[in-house]
Amino acid sequence: MDILSLFVVIPVLTITAILLLKDTRQVRLVSAFGMGLQLLMAAVLVYLYLSARHAGNIDEMLFVKDYLWFKSLNIHYAVGVDGISVAMISLTSLVVFAGIFASWEVEILKKEFFISLILLATGVFGFFISIDLFTMFLFYELAVIPMYLLIGIWGSGPKEYSAMKLTLMLMGGSALLLVGLLGIYFNSSPDKNQLTFNILEISKVVIPLPAQRMFFPLTFMGFGVLGALFPFHTWSPDGHASAPTAVSMLHAGVLMKLGGYGAFRVAIFLMPEAAHELSWIFIILTSISVIYGAFGAIAQKDLKYINAYSSVSHCGLVLFAVLMMNQTAMTGAIIQMISHGLMTALFFGLIGMIYGRTHTRMISEMGGLMKVIPFLSVCYVIAGLASLGLPGLSGFVAEMTIFVGAFQHPELFYRIVTIIVVSSIVITAVYILRVIAILLLGPTTNEHFEHLPDAKWFEKISVITLIGSVAAIGLAPFWLSTMIGTSMHPIIERILALNPF
Amino acid sequence: MSLGTFLIMRHELLLIAAALIVLIAEIFWNPDKKSSISLFSIILFGVITIIGFLPSPAGPLFGGMYVSSGTRLLMKNILNIGALIVFIQSVTWLKKEENSEKISEYFLLLISTLVGMNFMISAGHFLIFYIGIELAIIPIAALAAYDRYKNKSAEAGIKLILTSALSSGVMLYGLSMIYGTTGTMYFSEVASLFGNTSLQILGFIFFFAGMAFKISIVPFHLWTADVYEGSPVNITSYLSVISKGAAIFILMIILFKVFPIIMGTWQKTIFVTSVLTMTIGNLFAIRQQNLKRFLAFSSISQAGYILLGLIGGNQLGMASVMYYILVYIFSNLGAFGVVTAISNATGKENIDDYNGLYQTNPKLSLIMTLALFSLAGIPPVAGFFGKFFLFTAAAQQGFYLLVLIAVLNTIVSLFYYLLVVKAMFISKNENPIGSFRSDFSARFAFGICVAGIVVTGFASVIFEAIKNLSFGV
Repeated sequence: MDILSLFVVIPVLTITAILLLKDTRQVRLVSAFGMGLQLLMAAVLVYLYLSARHAGNIDEMLFVKDYLWFKSLNIHYAVGVDGISVAMISLTSLVVFAGIFASWEVEILKKEFFISLILLATGVFGFFISIDLFTMFLFYELAVIPMYLLIGIWGSGPKEYSAMKLTLMLMGGSALLLVGLLGIYFNSSPDKNQLTFNILEISKVVIPLPAQRMFFPLTFMGFGVLGALFPFHTWSPDGHASAPTAVSMLHAGVLMKLGGYGAFRVAIFLMPEAAHELSWIFIILTSISVIYGAFGAIAQKDLKYINAYSSVSHCGLVLFAVLMMNQTAMTGAIIQMISHGLMTALFFGLIGMIYGRTHTRMISEMGGLMKVIPFLSVCYVIAGLASLGLPGLSGFVAEMTIFVGAFQHPELFYRIVTIIVVSSIVITAVYILRVIAILLLGPTTNEHFEHLPDAKWFEKISVITLIGSVAAIGLAPFWLSTMIGTSMHPIIERILALNPF
Repeated sequence: MSLGTFLIMRHELLLIAAALIVLIAEIFWNPDKKSSISLFSIILFGVITIIGFLPSPAGPLFGGMYVSSGTRLLMKNILNIGALIVFIQSVTWLKKEENSEKISEYFLLLISTLVGMNFMISAGHFLIFYIGIELAIIPIAALAAYDRYKNKSAEAGIKLILTSALSSGVMLYGLSMIYGTTGTMYFSEVASLFGNTSLQILGFIFFFAGMAFKISIVPFHLWTADVYEGSPVNITSYLSVISKGAAIFILMIILFKVFPIIMGTWQKTIFVTSVLTMTIGNLFAIRQQNLKRFLAFSSISQAGYILLGLIGGNQLGMASVMYYILVYIFSNLGAFGVVTAISNATGKENIDDYNGLYQTNPKLSLIMTLALFSLAGIPPVAGFFGKFFLFTAAAQQGFYLLVLIAVLNTIVSLFYYLLVVKAMFISKNENPIGSFRSDFSARFAFGICVAGIVVTGFASVIFEAIKNLSFGV
């Protein structure tokens, strides 16, 4: 058993263990243990990865394992990681771990909840370790489908509508993606002899440009739906608002990153020519995502909706940066994915905890929470500051890198768009500070709120894990950006070799 | 006639023998223990199914009117597996008071339809093909009217027999044109003498329309929902899986072997009918409340996806069609099994009645969910692999537009499959269906279906074995 497959095997074993349990207290303990083990594994993986790189291993992917699965179609179960996937795996294990603790007190159908949640995590982990497009797609869909039950059963508000909308839109995305992947597959070999789904092998051939023009938009949009690309972002606010806390955390924190990661790893890496040629269309769409998402967040009254729109804005920035196709911007995109993943998970976790106490998410109905629940409030402020890009926290590093990289683009159009997109920072500051002012500061408006209990131990574990990581990236971004940068290098080289621009 | 000849026709001969044994056995059976006939028949049929997998000689018989080959044996075996599951699922229903007098008829008629299908699949001549197809459908009309005291059941029987007679007429008309222009009915000779004249194309279109009736491809699907709703659930599941599968198998063989010359024509025909079938089947399924009608329309749209495997005329296409039918047998019979179990226990067949089912019958809900996800093509269950291969087969020949339409259709289908999942898991109900325990036969059938749904996908050997036996145009 190789170390990467363990990332899929451990969740599956955890699910099996939960299935055999009767007592609900044990269910959450087992889940926490399983996902804690997963977190530990992620740390081990980072260590192994860094020491392998340190020892001079310059392969594009490390820990590669390849098993032939469907011989006649040359489908493999192939896994391997580079710095980018290692970073994403660490992010996922952090968020899942925090998510388990944030949902410590699920009321109904505990067992089913944790099973669905961990099943979702299995899909995400599997996606990040795959280097075969077939297994990647399999895990991608596996990650989407438990969302329906998670939102539909344990959600709030118009949950059935939101769950259906989210599932159908995401599956619609994967429908486009499937056609794109089949297109890549049938063009993966110049002499049509040995077609392959393996990303590394496909990256060695040049897919004919007419095929790229057809399949790049499909693939990019397919992943873009999950990355909240305008105009396919509409599932996100409804879905996030209706989802239970842990699911919002995992979904905004990790699942949306599947979109960015896939767009980068599959669409752009494998079809750089078409990406270069057609990027202006998607640059416009992502810019709309960024700006529109930010303005959308200002107009919202519900805490979760605010954060959902802010996620649209931030994830739009990821896709925006990826499309700039240079080293700095793409590195920024990856850091942004991780930073936003941690930060938004923190946000949704905190919102869930506040909602659990006040039983409302309307900002107009709350006020002065800082005096009542100081721990949660301070954490909320930290999350907010990270989101608006305060230096010292992760958001600053990410956005700074993205904008510097984007502005390096030689063409005027891209530079102008970058300037427009930078304005989102200001808008972000508006909605974040406005919420903090109304929600946390000022007098306590509602007397029911005066005796709210502050965070419990499991909530603290969840929150501190995430804040620690956000601060760590903010204060010492270099090990992360080095890890990403080394792996980014071959990708950028390929792009530059094909497009001397 | 040597022993080898008998071995070549093994499937058909064994089934005929089984049908006769069941018929005769009933005469001597203890009248107080009538219901044990079903156990006897199932064991008999199970043995035949297993024998079917043993290696056997292949080759033509009767001067090429009957052809046996590895591919065709595989098709027969797939159908046998499906029929076996249907038989096991119907035990509970056959135990009912009103059915106890006609148990052996049930098995006799179903086995004779299977004989018809086997002859149809092994046909090397349009005459044998026609006899097979009639034998495969007429006994089912009798079975559709099995609950003859129910108006709907009688109506289903008469509708089935009338539409199938009409479609046979249409098909025969087409065949007569083909005979008129080529002067032969042998598959191999028609293939070599077939040209591209308009009369021949017309003959082909009539033939295709006749087959489209049997597979219930839009616009020849109108009989399906009424017949499916009126028939007993087990007959419905048999119609929607086994009959449909057999008709698709022989259509595939005929398209690939007899009409390769007009491939361009049948590709266009399939393109249009496939898009119509998927879309209309899906759109109508959304509005259904009765689960049998719901599954009827879902099975119409499934036929549309299966056509994607045919369109390329490639080896991968044939493999994916056979594989998908196998997966479809497990998935659809799993879903029908749940409907049967609940219908037997409570008589309820509406989606609303399933509200809150997970609270009372969690296992049935999970099986239903698994089956529906497999039908929708959600990983990691087998339906995902099946659909993926079908789409790959179409994409291999460059039908990307068709694949795109098909995958978008799967989203529509996911919507209505999720409506059932929603009813079971999310919707609240004041008085949900009471908790009950299915008897051994039903649980055994569920076991086979669930194992099939889970294993068929991951175990690549199954697909590879099917692929090795397939051929292209």
